[in-house]
Amino acid sequence: MAVAKLVLAATSGKSSKILLGLRVLAFAATLSAAIVMGLNKETKTFVVGNVGNTPIKATFTAKFQHTPAFVYFVVANAMVSFHNLLMIALQLFGGKTELTGFRLVSVAILDMLNVTLISAAANAAAFMAEVGKNGNKHARWDKICDRFATYCDHGAGALIAAFAGVVLMIIISAVSISRLVQPNKCSISTAASPSVVP
Amino acid sequence: MVKLTKRIGALVLRLAAFGAALAALIVMVTSRERASFFAVSLEAKYTDMAAFKYFVIANAVVSVYSFLVLFLPKESLLWKFVVVLDLVMTMLLTSSLSAALAVAQVGKKGNANAGWLPICGQVPKFCDQVTGALIAGFVALVLYVLLLLYSLHSVVDPFLLQKS
Repeated sequence: MAVAKLVLAATSGKSSKILLGLRVLAFAATLSAAIVMGLNKETKTFVVGNVGNTPIKATFTAKFQHTPAFVYFVVANAMVSFHNLLMIALQLFGGKTELTGFRLVSVAILDMLNVTLISAAANAAAFMAEVGKNGNKHARWDKICDRFATYCDHGAGALIAAFAGVVLMIIISAVSISRLVQPNKCSISTAASPSVVP
Repeated sequence: MVKLTKRIGALVLRLAAFGAALAALIVMVTSRERASFFAVSLEAKYTDMAAFKYFVIANAVVSVYSFLVLFLPKESLLWKFVVVLDLVMTMLLTSSLSAALAVAQVGKKGNANAGWLPICGQVPKFCDQVTGALIAGFVALVLYVLLLLYSLHSVVDPFLLQKS
């Protein structure tokens, strides 16, 4: 009877609300990271030479599509935000859907896979941004942030949002796994209000 | 009997993951090549790129962790932490692999828009060794994902069995 009460307390109400709040935050963070990086583009005109007295201008563009790591960043952030959106919809509109057995485990597994996905994307973009900001004198790669400052700033903002998403996804994954360890054996759905146990 | 084979399977997986992470670490650390052109001597080592240094550190941490978990006794209470730590190690592995891969891809193909020339033409042996280290890192990552699923299974299942 005490065990049943423990199960009731653990699987209904509190941890679901915390999980919902965390998922909304993670959805917002990863979506904003994907959007900011996806719209990242800067066009600038430089003077590249002189013919007699007239300067020759050339227009250069910095887009996120130029770097494969940033393309992967946008795609992965979009995927993780979509996953969070699905989980939020399931929790809000699933209603009487019982999260028993295989479904609960699959939520935890999906959360873990998304953690690895977004951490890989955030790190790859971070290291590429570091090369773009500082250059690499061993490989003779010039830095580009001194010429395209706005592009770099927007990229940095997207990176910060993605790292916030990484931290949030780790917490979400930990909460999902902890919900597994106290399983739902009394056939009570996680969103419904608890009934009295005799 | 089934439990014993499962446990042996998990141990073999962890040993293989330890081996793969260690191999990635060693191959990356020993990659070094000296090339000279136009009286300029250029030496390529793994410390030139921050991403490769992070790759070495992450694989070192994962190797040490795998080695320690190999000797964890069966009834220890620390197995609950092993699930969380396995997730953290998988995250470390995937982030270091993707960072090293992103930088190595620029080294191999260059980035025409940023004016970055590829360096693999001048130091081909260095590039080959880095590729080998990245492949070993990828194998370690796949093994760790399998180990993560196994740890989750071993933490969840016994609890369900106890309740019934």
